[in-house]
Amino acid sequence: MEIDQLDREIINLIQLDIPLEPEPYKALAKKLGITEKEILSKLERLINLGAIRRLGGIFDSRKLGYTGTLCGVKAPPEKIEVTAEVINSFSGVTHNYLRDHEYNIWFTLLAKSKDEIEQVLSKIKHRTGIEDIINLPSTRLYKIKVNFNVEEK
Amino acid sequence: MLTPADIKIIKELQKGLPLVGRPYLQIAENIGLSEEEVLARIKNLKNRGMIRRIAGSVRHRKLGFSANAMVVWIVPEADLARVGKLFAGNEQVSHCYERETNDKWKYNLYTMIHGGSREECFEISHNMAEASGVMEYKLLFSTKEFKKTSMKYFE
Repeated sequence: MEIDQLDREIINLIQLDIPLEPEPYKALAKKLGITEKEILSKLERLINLGAIRRLGGIFDSRKLGYTGTLCGVKAPPEKIEVTAEVINSFSGVTHNYLRDHEYNIWFTLLAKSKDEIEQVLSKIKHRTGIEDIINLPSTRLYKIKVNFNVEEK
Repeated sequence: MLTPADIKIIKELQKGLPLVGRPYLQIAENIGLSEEEVLARIKNLKNRGMIRRIAGSVRHRKLGFSANAMVVWIVPEADLARVGKLFAGNEQVSHCYERETNDKWKYNLYTMIHGGSREECFEISHNMAEASGVMEYKLLFSTKEFKKTSMKYFE
């Protein structure tokens, strides 16, 4: 992926905060010493390249009334892909990864209540035939990092 | 309490901030409010902690952080707060959570670490173990991303 120094500066800045003012991109451009037109075209390119996933609101799911958990699934190797597809089909699943462990599929799930989480998990068990899913709700948050610093390689 | 207008704004902000000169005006027009009201309501939601911030999310895998490990730790109950805070202070840790345990899974503290290589992740976690005195831990490297998306609230 072709990313220049200005792209890196934009990525580092945009992760921190987009200001709450009528012309936020102009304010960010000013910080970088470029024009609003330049930052908008750079951002569009970085989004098209996939380096930036999205610009928008970052929410506190608990404060919005949602509850979250992390689950680990012990899926037989031949069932991994189909199991991942079943899991992905639920809208409350926001992250889903294959990991090199006997619990090999790990996903995060958000829902309106603990009951709803249990319901989703039983549907997943029912549709995949996999019984061994560990449900690990968080009890305390110490850190969610806001930004990845992109440096010149 | 969230008003119907707040919920409309939250939905717009999870779709994304438009890439135009006055993005909040565009959101306002989409939902029939004024730009001023949209900005005021976002500020209010931010003050109440429901919106953490308006910002960009990156795909770190595309940006050279190719090795990602979930490091799980078994920490004695009495030590959890100390170790959790210590790990949270580490630059290379992006997330740090305490989680419930069960019969099958005894790990109670979770850290996500990101490095340029697996070796780098091993080194980072080794240093964390040394610094904390917690020696019972395991690295679970992600080998494939099946899904990474932002939650669509209120749908």
